[in-house]
Amino acid sequence: MTNSLQFEFTVDKVAKTVFITREFDAELSLVWDAFTKAELIDQWIAPKPLISKTKYQHFKVGGKRFYAMVTPEGQERWAIQEYTSITPKTNFKMHNAFTDASENPELPGSEWDHTFSEQNGTTKVSITIYNESLERLERILDGFTQGMKMSLSNLENLLATLSQK
Amino acid sequence: MRRDIFQAIADPTRRAILVLIAAQAMTPNALAEHFDTTRQAVSKHLRILTECELLKQEYQGREIYYQLEIKKMKEIDKWLEQFRKIWEDRFDQLDKVLSIIKKQKK
Repeated sequence: MTNSLQFEFTVDKVAKTVFITREFDAELSLVWDAFTKAELIDQWIAPKPLISKTKYQHFKVGGKRFYAMVTPEGQERWAIQEYTSITPKTNFKMHNAFTDASENPELPGSEWDHTFSEQNGTTKVSITIYNESLERLERILDGFTQGMKMSLSNLENLLATLSQK
Repeated sequence: MRRDIFQAIADPTRRAILVLIAAQAMTPNALAEHFDTTRQAVSKHLRILTECELLKQEYQGREIYYQLEIKKMKEIDKWLEQFRKIWEDRFDQLDKVLSIIKKQKK
């Protein structure tokens, strides 16, 4: 069943844009909630072993979601999303930027556009992400691999300590 | 000196150079004609791209031709592939969340 659900991921390096399309076996209102309600977003958005923690969210135009990706060691990488356009259950756009713990953004950020549509109980979500720089994309990936590496180096240290005994 | 290849492709002129050279090997002079900048500026971009091993030089008589280093470009694709993987995993997690909520609703 899951196999028939469409997933597309393409990157236009010249336009610095990532295009993602995915179908979900759920009705539109539920998928919309999963993308727009912090308590649901936090349950799936973080790539393991990171966890997502939302400090606050105001889902309205001009409102923000301030959140952190937390590594297994408890290190927090903060970012802020500002909602720039919302058409309920159809589309929302936001600007995303990395910040420090006091919400000071590091520009440039990225522009996100999400479009939702439903057909026969399957919901399709199309996402475009425009990044000012590909370097920034790399940082997102870095944050993810960093979490992995830190867990591994902790394990290495532990093994080294144990083998000395 | 080894440079970061993502720093190399973060610059719009350098990306345009890569696109042009992907079509055919070119001399610095032929490349410079495509840009509004000075010959020196283009040379500097070529040097950076060469240092990143995204381009390689080939001498034909007295002319230097720049060619794409396919292997290095594949490294970028490999990197993007990791990024794709993150999204795949993320959506698998979302599938689980959705199915849990659907069960709770019933």
